[in-house]
Order: sequence, then structure tokens, then C-alpha cells
Amino acid sequence: MSGGNGAAAADRVLAPPGRRRCEVTGARDTGGYRIFTVRDGDGPDPAAGQFYMLTAAGWGSAGGRPYLPRAFSFATAARGEGGVELGFLLEAVGPGTGVLAGLEPGAPVELTGPLGRPFSAPRELNPEAAGAILVGGGIGIAPLAVWRAALAARGVPTRALLGFRDRAHSGGTELFDCSEVRLASEDGHAGHRGYVTDLLAVLLEGEDAARSAAVYACGPPAMLEAVRRMCADRGVACELAMESPMACGYGACFGCAVPLAGGGYMRLCVDGPVVRGEEIETALVAGAGH
Amino acid sequence: MADLSIDLCGLRLEHPVLNGSGTFDAIAARRAFGDPLLERFPFSAFVSKTITPEPRAGNPPPRIFETPAGMVNSIGLPNKGLEGFLVHDLPALAELPVPLVVSVMGTSAEQFTRLIEGVAGREEVAAVELNVSCPNVKSGLIVGEQPGETLLLLREVRDLTDKPLIVKLTPNVADPAGIAIAAEEGGADAVSLVNTLKSAPIDPATLEPWLGAGRGGLSGPAIGPIALGQTSAVAAAVSIPVIGMGGIERGEDALAFVAAGASAVAVGTANFRDPLAGERVRRELAESLAARGLESLEAARGRALAATTASTST
Repeated sequence: MSGGNGAAAADRVLAPPGRRRCEVTGARDTGGYRIFTVRDGDGPDPAAGQFYMLTAAGWGSAGGRPYLPRAFSFATAARGEGGVELGFLLEAVGPGTGVLAGLEPGAPVELTGPLGRPFSAPRELNPEAAGAILVGGGIGIAPLAVWRAALAARGVPTRALLGFRDRAHSGGTELFDCSEVRLASEDGHAGHRGYVTDLLAVLLEGEDAARSAAVYACGPPAMLEAVRRMCADRGVACELAMESPMACGYGACFGCAVPLAGGGYMRLCVDGPVVRGEEIETALVAGAGH
Repeated sequence: MADLSIDLCGLRLEHPVLNGSGTFDAIAARRAFGDPLLERFPFSAFVSKTITPEPRAGNPPPRIFETPAGMVNSIGLPNKGLEGFLVHDLPALAELPVPLVVSVMGTSAEQFTRLIEGVAGREEVAAVELNVSCPNVKSGLIVGEQPGETLLLLREVRDLTDKPLIVKLTPNVADPAGIAIAAEEGGADAVSLVNTLKSAPIDPATLEPWLGAGRGGLSGPAIGPIALGQTSAVAAAVSIPVIGMGGIERGEDALAFVAAGASAVAVGTANFRDPLAGERVRRELAESLAARGLESLEAARGRALAATTASTST
């Protein structure tokens, strides 16, 4: 069925209705990725795991694409004078990300948000949790950077495992200033040669490790599905921050359907983007990353 | 400022901007935006997503595909079914500050009868929209593609309620005016158009169909001129009100539909880009009228009809 709330959701921060015009305050390359910041003068402080829908000048112009806004988790959020400064990590892979990657300071961006269900605290996920294990792949490391900072502020120990395909498809690791970050890369250019899930398997070895774990993952569908299955096999509590083709971000279009474990679908925008591993049938969402 | 209020088959509306069915979920939107949404509700009447007699899960993903100036959707009418709607959704929709239009779809006159009796009898419901873009199980024909099927359905259900019945017309026919005439003859109080245009996007990487269900419907500014053409053809052919829609993004777009003969307009895909698109369209529509020295919608309504239908007898 469309709709169900699934597991009790953490408190979401409500978005003001409608789009807001913000100004880009900074933009830089980070490895093979791009990160830009905008000043959101009228928006609330978002909760880690929530996302925004973004458009910019150039939407719907030559060639008619991009047309729909694009959903992005925020990679940084800092309240200062004039509002919340939000950072977005991206890789130029299509017409929407192409426009966003070309933004320079002073350019206008329209955003709606924060939207969706944020991460749950480790003890909500698993009452015996000793800390949090963050598993990120590619630009999916973005919401985990914010979550790590929020957990660190609460004194919750975190371990971050970050995986990348190769040097050209990596970046943003400086967003994690924690003492314990382990890297994996498929081409071996940084850290462990192989998948980030190899590192997770090591951390979850043994009954004690599994019983006290709370895993948070964001990355490509194949990685998320590997994490989901590994956690399910070991009885480990996990939350996944997912992506699905999404036109609106607030429950209107019904495009972002993700199959539920009990049959039917959830709308990822309002019932996610953060979901518990056991809520869904699979994290292999068709059409993600279009 | 121009007076934007309208009387739409007995419904007194503050302005002419509605939502297209299935393009705004007021309940989900309230989860995202909270009660401030009710204070700035973007539409003068709210049209629900289509409900069917039994619950539907909807189509397998992917369900949407971005196109130049638009999108293709293949959602598959996920809904809680009639009983689920009445129990779970109707009380929440009754809290909206505007009249409620419930969209229904059946595969037989019996199913439509059950749906109309179920919703029209509720005082929270101001009007019913009939989604006739699906096959009749007996004839196998798409009701809304056949004037005869449309007329038969209306004759079966017209007397079930005194509340307005609006027929949602499909653009996937050679002569939408013929369907509209049949709807009017059967007693429909209004027609709304257009629904989406049949489409089948291909995944450029695999050359397989992109959508999980293979086919879908195109919407957005890409279909605007087609929708305007069909709206003017229908408005010239019937005397009941026409609710025009198809790619409306700005006030100027809405005014064009009014000029094509529409009494009201609906914003659809633009809601996905901006939850308050309807509010902006209404404001810009008022500005457009004022800039032209027009004091009401009626002063603009149908202006384009004489020109676009000059070569046909109306």
C-alpha cells in the first residue's frame, strides 16, 4: 500500500511551504566532485538525513532539460548571520547536476525543504547500540557527514567507512574530520582495494560487535542492498538513506516508489529517504541516479 | 485588481485555479509543510487523486521519466480503495479550506455507481470527477475514447447524485469535442481536460522501455499547445463549463486557457516543481488581466474561440 509510516520515524523538521530563492555563497571542487553552499535565509535548521529539492537558472531553458527539481541531501549545515548555510555535494552526471556543478557564488538557487524523514538516533535503532557505524559510497557520503557531526556533538562515538570507485569518482572526505575514517576504493588508489562493504564485514565480525552495532548507510543501490543484506543476516539494526527518481519531494507525484517488505510501495520522499533495512524488499531501486 | 471569483457548476470559488487530479496530495503535503500549508492553500478547490473500488499498490518503478519541458508518468493509480479513502483520507481532506472534488475510476457502470454513491453521499464532498481513461470490462473499450460508452456511463450514473459530475477527458482521441458532447448529453455538469498524452520513453542506455509498466502519460509545458487546441475545440462544442489544463506554469498560460474558452484551469505538473505554483499562477493571472485592462475572467473568456474555430461550424 502507498502510505504506511513503517517504523516510528524520528522527528522531521517541517519545511516552509513553497520554494525559496537562495544565493550561492561558495563553490569548489573536491576530488572528482563539486560542493557548493547556499545561504537559506528563511529556512529552519534541517535534521541529518533530510533533503532539499533544488533548481537553478537554466532549468527548462535550451533543450527543455533539466525540467524537474533534483533531490539532494545536504552535506553541511551551519547557522550563521543571515540564515542556514547549506552545502550540497554532487557529481555532474546529467543535465540537472551539470547546471548545479557550474554554479558560482552569487548565482540564485531555488530550493524546497528540508523534506523527509531524518536518521534515528543509534539507541532508537538499537537499544544496545555502543555507537554508530557510517557506511558511505560515492556522493552518498554527504548525509553521513552531517550525521557524524550531529552524533559527535552528542558524544556518540562513530566510525566512518567511505568507499569510492576510483580517483575520478571520489571526493568530499574532508567533510569527515573524525579520527576514525577508513577508506576503500575499487581501483586501490586510497585505502582498502575493494568494496566498502568488505570493511563493514570486518567491523561486524563476532556476536558482540553485531549486537552493539547501529549502521547508517548511503550510496549507490548495489552498495545499499549489500549493506542491507549483511545487516539482515547478522541481525544488525540499520538505516539506509536512499534515492529514487523523484519529481516533487513532498508526496505529490508518487514517482519515488520503493517496494515494501510486506508488499506494496512506500513513497520515499515522505516515508523516507531514511528507511530501516527491514522495511523494504530491496534497495535496488530501478531508475535511481537518472 | 480583477475579480477572479467564479461559479463552477454551482460551486462558488474564490479564483479559477484548481489542481489536476493526482498532482498534489494535500495529506502528504501537510506532513511535509505542516499547517502553514492550509493558510496558503494554493487551489480554490481540491481535486483528489483518483480512487478505485478496491485498493491498488500502483505500478512497478521506475514510474517517472523527465522529458524536454515535461515528464512521463506511469504511477498506476495507487490508492486505498473506496473504504480506505472514506475512513482514512476523507476526514483529513475535509480539513482543507476549500471545496473537495473526489476523482473516481471504475471498470464498469456498477463500479462507478458504487464509487459515486460512496463519495457523493458525504457532505464533505462538493463534486465528483469521473476518470474515464480506463477500459470497460464488458466492452473492452476505453470509456473516455468512445462517445457511445461515455454517454451510456453518464446515463447510468447521472441520477445518483445532485452534486456536480465532472468528466475528465482524455487527449488520446481524434475528436475530444465528440466525447465532450456525449458527456454533456448524458448530463455532465462540466468537463476537464486534458489528461496525459500516451507515451513510451526508451532507456537510452539499454534501449528497453524506461518505465516499469512500459507506457505512461506525458505532461508539463511540452503538451501546452495541444491542450489549448483541444480545450478550444471542446469549449466551442459544449455549453457546460470547461476546466482547462496542460502545462500551465504561469499566469499567462492560465489566461491562454481562459481565452480558449475555459471557465477554470488546473495546475498539474508545475506543482512538482513548486508546491505553491498554484498560488503564483493565480497572482500572475490577476496581474495579466489587470495589465490588459480586463476587469474579470469573463472579459477574456473565449476570446480565441472565434478565430480557432472559424473554419468549423459550431
